[in-house]
Amino acid sequence: MMKDMIPGFELFQPTEVESALELLDRFGEDGWALAGGYDSLDWFKNRGKHPEAVIDLQGLAGLNRIVEIPNGIEIGALTTLTEIEHSQIIREHFGLLAEAASKVASPQIRNAGTLGGNLCQDARCWYYRYGVSCYRAGGNTCYASAPDALNREHALFGVNRCVAVTPSDTAVALVALDAEMVIRNSGGERIINAEHFFMEPSSDITRMTVLEPSDLLTAIRIPNTWIDADFYFEKVTDRNSWDFALVSIASAIKSNAGQIDDARIVCGAVQCIPRRLENVEAMIRGRVQNENTAAEAGILAVQEAEPLNYNHFKIPLMENLVKRAVRG
Amino acid sequence: MSDTDTFEAAQTTSASAHAVSDSDTVVIRPETTPEWSRRNFIKGVIASGVTVSGAVYFGPALAPPQPLSAQGVPRLITLNVNGQTRRVDVLPGETLAMTLRYKLGLTGTKLGCDRGECGACTVLISGTTHYSCSTLTQRVRDRKITTVEGLESPDGNLHPVQQAFVDELGPQCGFCTPGQVMSAVALLEANPKPTRAEARVAMSGNLCRCGAYDHYLNGVMRAAGESQNG
Repeated sequence: MMKDMIPGFELFQPTEVESALELLDRFGEDGWALAGGYDSLDWFKNRGKHPEAVIDLQGLAGLNRIVEIPNGIEIGALTTLTEIEHSQIIREHFGLLAEAASKVASPQIRNAGTLGGNLCQDARCWYYRYGVSCYRAGGNTCYASAPDALNREHALFGVNRCVAVTPSDTAVALVALDAEMVIRNSGGERIINAEHFFMEPSSDITRMTVLEPSDLLTAIRIPNTWIDADFYFEKVTDRNSWDFALVSIASAIKSNAGQIDDARIVCGAVQCIPRRLENVEAMIRGRVQNENTAAEAGILAVQEAEPLNYNHFKIPLMENLVKRAVRG
Repeated sequence: MSDTDTFEAAQTTSASAHAVSDSDTVVIRPETTPEWSRRNFIKGVIASGVTVSGAVYFGPALAPPQPLSAQGVPRLITLNVNGQTRRVDVLPGETLAMTLRYKLGLTGTKLGCDRGECGACTVLISGTTHYSCSTLTQRVRDRKITTVEGLESPDGNLHPVQQAFVDELGPQCGFCTPGQVMSAVALLEANPKPTRAEARVAMSGNLCRCGAYDHYLNGVMRAAGESQNG
């Protein structure tokens, strides 16, 4: 009956990044950085997380801007998904990200949800979200890979105890665009490539990203490497709105006179991290961009897939999405 | 007219209850009776005023009071709701839907799933749609909040979107309607002449269990036409 009430916490609304970092230091594991807040509030209401202090990042100066930098653009981590979807510079030059942002959840969620929050969201596996003591929650079993488990949405690749998949649509686009994550803590700033930002369960099963409790993702930089390339984004879901991907694909291809010069292809919702298809990229480099190449790419992409009980359908789905992306 | 009277009465009750609770003389305890039900809850609202009944939901979060450090947010804050300035006592973890419904008496905003998954609680914050069930009230202190109660013109005429929804038989059970109205209003503010496809996307964050999606869409298109003519 009372389940929807949020247990008490202290709320801080710093206006400078430095004060936010200081608060994150002070509270450590008991602190919670709040961006758009939608997923956070679900966790609190479900008693899944109960932080002592919530640090509201909304008021932090300068973190919701999109600016041009010498070799690309920098997007503040608190820029909302709606702002990204409508940003002229992103639509014109990095349309892949605008497209991915426009496919996240629902309009209301995109109005509040931030790019940083979308990248850092926790696993959507419902066994984990239900609050059971699974590997990801610090326990010693995986409920989603049990013989009778419902795992239609779960992983095809890279399983290490946990079979949850990356839920973020923008993550897939940003890995394809070779973006960089700007991370700050009280000790200073560090920059991590998008590809290495997401955490494999084999490295640390309890975290989705490399962020430590004292870290704050402050900005995302997109280099000009893939500016104006041929982009393809597609997200297949059960519903047309308000849903997480069953499989998603983001690709950037540079071609010249029908021949592929270079490509980056990333698949979402098939592994715990965005799955970059390096073998496919290598195979299609230098090839003519046609139906044959696309078909071969699709077959190669799913070669190592290891389906669970209920997610075999993801294999042909992924194969077809890779085919479409390569075909252009 | 009688609706308006009831609404104003509820607001008055709410305000006076606040005056009392500010002096900490009212002990608000969680409802513990096992016979709790929606019916009893509604009776409670009628009998004891909106704010005090809110304790049924607020329960353990209200007692004991949260200690506040120097840097934490203040509890007594000012909100700008439907053009009015409202003083209200808000907990750090309180959602806007809770504040609107149980402290300000604005029950037009509905709580469906309370998880940002249905859209019934949609309100406008600085002109854009947000789920009030998933927005902390403390985060909208300086923003302009518009609920479905704020749409009617002073002479009592419905907003063109509301009228169009009536004309197109949008509401069936009506529970999702306030949220649908707010999404349509925000769309037409930003884009007075949307295509049907654009309207469909704008309305895609509001579920309707009666399945009257096409009726609502017709309503949006009708309102868009009317806005242009008049």
